[in-house]
Amino acid sequence: MAEADTPAAYLAHAVRSYWLIAALWIRAAMAYPVSFWTMTVGGVLITFLDFVAIWLMFSHIDTYGGFTLREVALLYGVTSIAFRVADMLVGSVEKIGQKVRSGDLDAMMTKPVPVLVQLCADRFELRRLGQIAQGIAVFAWAAPIVDWNPQRLLVLVMTLVSGVLIYFCVFITFSTIQFWTTDASEFANAFTYGGNTIMQYPMTIFPREVVRSLTYLLPLAFVNWYPCLFLLGLTDPYGAPDWFRFASPLAALALVGLTALVWRQGLRRYRSTGS
Amino acid sequence: MALIEVRDLSRDFTIRKKTGPLRRTSVVKHAVHDLSFEIDAGEMVGYIGPNGAGKSTTIKMLTGILVPSGGSARVAGLEPSRQRRELARRIGVVFGQRTSLWWDLPLRDSFELLRRIYRIPDQTFRRNLEDHVALLDLGELLDTPVRQLSLGQRMRGDIAAALLHDPEILYLDEPTIGLDVISKGRLREFLRALNHERGTTLMLTTHDLQDIEALCDRVIVIDHGTAVFDGPLSSLRVNGGSSRTLVVDLVDEAAPIDIDGARVMKVEGPRQWLAFPAGASAAPLVAQVAAAYDIADLSIHEPDIEDVIRQLYSR
Repeated sequence: MAEADTPAAYLAHAVRSYWLIAALWIRAAMAYPVSFWTMTVGGVLITFLDFVAIWLMFSHIDTYGGFTLREVALLYGVTSIAFRVADMLVGSVEKIGQKVRSGDLDAMMTKPVPVLVQLCADRFELRRLGQIAQGIAVFAWAAPIVDWNPQRLLVLVMTLVSGVLIYFCVFITFSTIQFWTTDASEFANAFTYGGNTIMQYPMTIFPREVVRSLTYLLPLAFVNWYPCLFLLGLTDPYGAPDWFRFASPLAALALVGLTALVWRQGLRRYRSTGS
Repeated sequence: MALIEVRDLSRDFTIRKKTGPLRRTSVVKHAVHDLSFEIDAGEMVGYIGPNGAGKSTTIKMLTGILVPSGGSARVAGLEPSRQRRELARRIGVVFGQRTSLWWDLPLRDSFELLRRIYRIPDQTFRRNLEDHVALLDLGELLDTPVRQLSLGQRMRGDIAAALLHDPEILYLDEPTIGLDVISKGRLREFLRALNHERGTTLMLTTHDLQDIEALCDRVIVIDHGTAVFDGPLSSLRVNGGSSRTLVVDLVDEAAPIDIDGARVMKVEGPRQWLAFPAGASAAPLVAQVAAAYDIADLSIHEPDIEDVIRQLYSR
């Protein structure tokens, strides 16, 4: 294939195509600047209220699951940034079922751009930057409690990149299920939005089984929980090995591999049933 | 070597049916079964058949969307299912009942995006845009979001979009469905010119016999997944033995009209239905009827493709 001689060239082609499509949607949104800014600021306010709920809770208690408000804010900030970035970049993929029913997926398959890229870039919404900004604000407010040094900064960067990748995979994997049952978008939401909500709280409030599931089954605990333990200089109350605190990139890579497999199976199924 | 080569192409679908609270049975449906044909560069081929005959399934295999379960297809020297994206650069696809344009964006933006993702050279893009926009009369619509376009306008936009990258083959799935007579006529004219002037190979599926008449020298009829006829339209007509219908409203009720070259199918009060061969002209019949009766009104019904095919089978 012309653009896919090597995996690197293929990836470059995919990323380039993604931004071409995304740029078009950004330009289209900017044609109505008032609407764009209203929606962006609205996004900040709505997600801000989301954090206010947690803040209010702390007006009655000093610690929750052994964590102070700022510590919870750190967990909240890290998962929110990762989740909202992933949502902005690939969130559209959850419309697979709709695209199958409308026939749009067939049209996508007749274009020289990978289908997954077209699905993810479709209706790219820059206004979601507002929601990302809220995550950054909460994180910035919590950041002073960490005793920053170069090592912790490096872990933070690795964590955010891994977190985005992990949520990418959650979005794509659970949306791909729609190739088998086209109405599964609610099901996917439970794991994407639901996952982000769970990760806003310290794992100490959940039973051990839940934490295990979030480590080994759906490794969302690597988005913020384990690396934040390191940032805060804590060891895991559930006794997970210390190296878990640096294992986020590993979890992300494993999930990327799994997601690639699921996606291929899903598309293969579509290409042999046409529905 | 032919531009499109189809050899014993098959696609089975497994349909699972619930036959009880827990029991399910699977039925294998042969959507396309041992289909073979070749299409040369520059041909205009009508690909017709009743609903569910396997038309869309074939087109989906020729564009690489569906993977065949048996046999082989080669399009422009490529294997569609394995080289789908490479093939995409060399073909254009227009689906009549849906758009491949971006619904909320102006036509111009859709064209611009296609320019970039197909990496169309500037000169080619500008020439195609100018030509097609003029011929398809899209000039005033370029800044209108696709969702605000009428069906006919959208179809023209879709066709212009599918041709921007100079495809060698254009697949059209029901291109004139839902269009008014004038739009249909203009679209056919455009497609004919495209084929004559640029040599673009056209393969179209349609229910409209007039599309075929106006455009296609060759017709492939498919039913139950297999080609049942492949040849010029005229011989399909003759082979099919289908008929046109002259509907006559007389001023007064009368006994069944008895004229040469037609037979009465039905009488309902002053209205009578006369069938005559599809190859014949209605003019002499009308003259005969008018000479003998007082006519209040007349109309002629063309056999549709379903009729032709039904006839093809009833023989």
